[in-house]
Amino acid sequence: MALRTQGTVQRAFAEPSSTAEPAQPAIRLAGVNKAYGVGDASLLALHEVDLEIRGGEFVAVVGPSGCGKSTMLRVVAGLIPPGSGEVWIGDSRVHGTRRDIGIVFQSPVLFPWRTVLENVLLPIDVQKLGRDTNLAKARELLALVGLRDFESRYPAELSGGMQQRVGIARALVHDPAILLMDEPFGALDAMTREHMNVELQRLWQSRTKTVLFITHSISEAVFLADRVVVMTPRPGRIAEVIEIALPRPRSLDMMSTAPFGDYVRRIRDHFGALGVTD
Amino acid sequence: MQSSVDTTQNRLLSIALLVAALATWELAVRLLGIPSFVLPPPSAVAAGLWRGFSSGLYLQHIAVTMFEVLLGFALGCSLGFVLGVAVALNRHVAYFLYPYIVMFLSMPKVALAPLIVLWFGLGMTSKIVTAALVSFFPLMVNTIAGLNAADGDRVDLIRSLGGSERQIFTMLRLPTALPMVIAGLEIAITLSLIGTVVAEFLGAEQGLGMLMQSMNFSMDIAGSFSVLIVLAIVGLVLNQVLLAVRHRVLFWERLGRGASSAPKATASPAAGVPAEAKRLTS
Repeated sequence: MALRTQGTVQRAFAEPSSTAEPAQPAIRLAGVNKAYGVGDASLLALHEVDLEIRGGEFVAVVGPSGCGKSTMLRVVAGLIPPGSGEVWIGDSRVHGTRRDIGIVFQSPVLFPWRTVLENVLLPIDVQKLGRDTNLAKARELLALVGLRDFESRYPAELSGGMQQRVGIARALVHDPAILLMDEPFGALDAMTREHMNVELQRLWQSRTKTVLFITHSISEAVFLADRVVVMTPRPGRIAEVIEIALPRPRSLDMMSTAPFGDYVRRIRDHFGALGVTD
Repeated sequence: MQSSVDTTQNRLLSIALLVAALATWELAVRLLGIPSFVLPPPSAVAAGLWRGFSSGLYLQHIAVTMFEVLLGFALGCSLGFVLGVAVALNRHVAYFLYPYIVMFLSMPKVALAPLIVLWFGLGMTSKIVTAALVSFFPLMVNTIAGLNAADGDRVDLIRSLGGSERQIFTMLRLPTALPMVIAGLEIAITLSLIGTVVAEFLGAEQGLGMLMQSMNFSMDIAGSFSVLIVLAIVGLVLNQVLLAVRHRVLFWERLGRGASSAPKATASPAAGVPAEAKRLTS
């Protein structure tokens, strides 16, 4: 119940003018195929993928390696073209990269010669939005990810978790409508990872973004997402989309409750049935 | 863990070892009666150094050699850098040029020095050309490797923000290439000195190589040794200058060694530091 209320609020927030018509999806994939290689050696990374993500929705894609989940993110980002099918963001079809997307990769992908603050300002520099006018926002984001006192440090002076938080602040600084996260916490240890999950939820709740979150951790997907997209490999396709009706804000304690466990089991059974281990 | 070897005690020991070695050399030459034109004693070499510097003779030749080394180095490195950028950025340039680059790479460039002296004469031009030729290749090769070393995720990041190829070049490829480019400069300056001296050996009017050659001919082996020492010092100074440049430009290479008291980094160990930078420092 709590979830539904919140979802409505977010949709209204993201699409303030659309009242009569059903809200347009923020991201839409329609019949997307993507193959790597040619001939018999080609690998079908994405097979007939259909997915609609509402504005302000948090969607996690979970699946084992090689299921095409990273390919999906890169196709949405416009970094690689789909083999066939269509990708839409809002009311425009994706042809190449755009300026209204923030990406967080598995590694922090920071620039070692830039300070923490300069790293956060990278999108501002690339899009020539003017450092002066965006300095306050960059500092505010650094404070939001708990790195207020680290703005003049260099990446090499930070821990892995801190570096990843710089990456998240950077992905938000140009105020993108869409945040794409490709296993952002995959390289962190379990404890840091849980902590980052809680922080990401808080961040997402404080500024409404549409999030496409790629992960291979089932519990992480259930903890964070409104909906979990289960993908299976060879060929990479969507096996099931599961609505996670757990109230927010979700705490780490919730991870040991029965409903949470049911979701995790349901997804894991999926992989078990397909002969795939997590 | 890494206790310093550079203690006062060790420094004194190092000086003592040098003195002992020189004393052994001096004694051996005197006791065994080795003629000075075969192996001069250190005292004779020191006297040669004194004579050379006090008369102003060495300074004049140092100036000439330095001028040739630095001008050749600057020309060769500039050209190597520009061509390296062209090869790294343009597939067509790479396609047509690469076979020749590979061919020249495996060839000892100083072997061309006799021809260059023949073509450009006994003056400074032939030395500068030789120095430029030997400086050119390490810089070009390292520039190409450095520019191509940019991390794929970083490229994708700039691209995903709508960044242009030009921005990827200036914001990412160039800084990523810097450690390799500076390593190329370090190789080039050493080769430039070697190339210049070899060309001076082959025929020159001035310069340390010419001076050494003429001393050899007049059996002034002690003087020859003293010029060798001057050359070693010149090489050392040039290397130190470039080391200082590296230290200043690549400031981020020195960070992160116990600089943070924050919780231990658990992300990928190479996070933030370009792989090629690590390779160079290790």
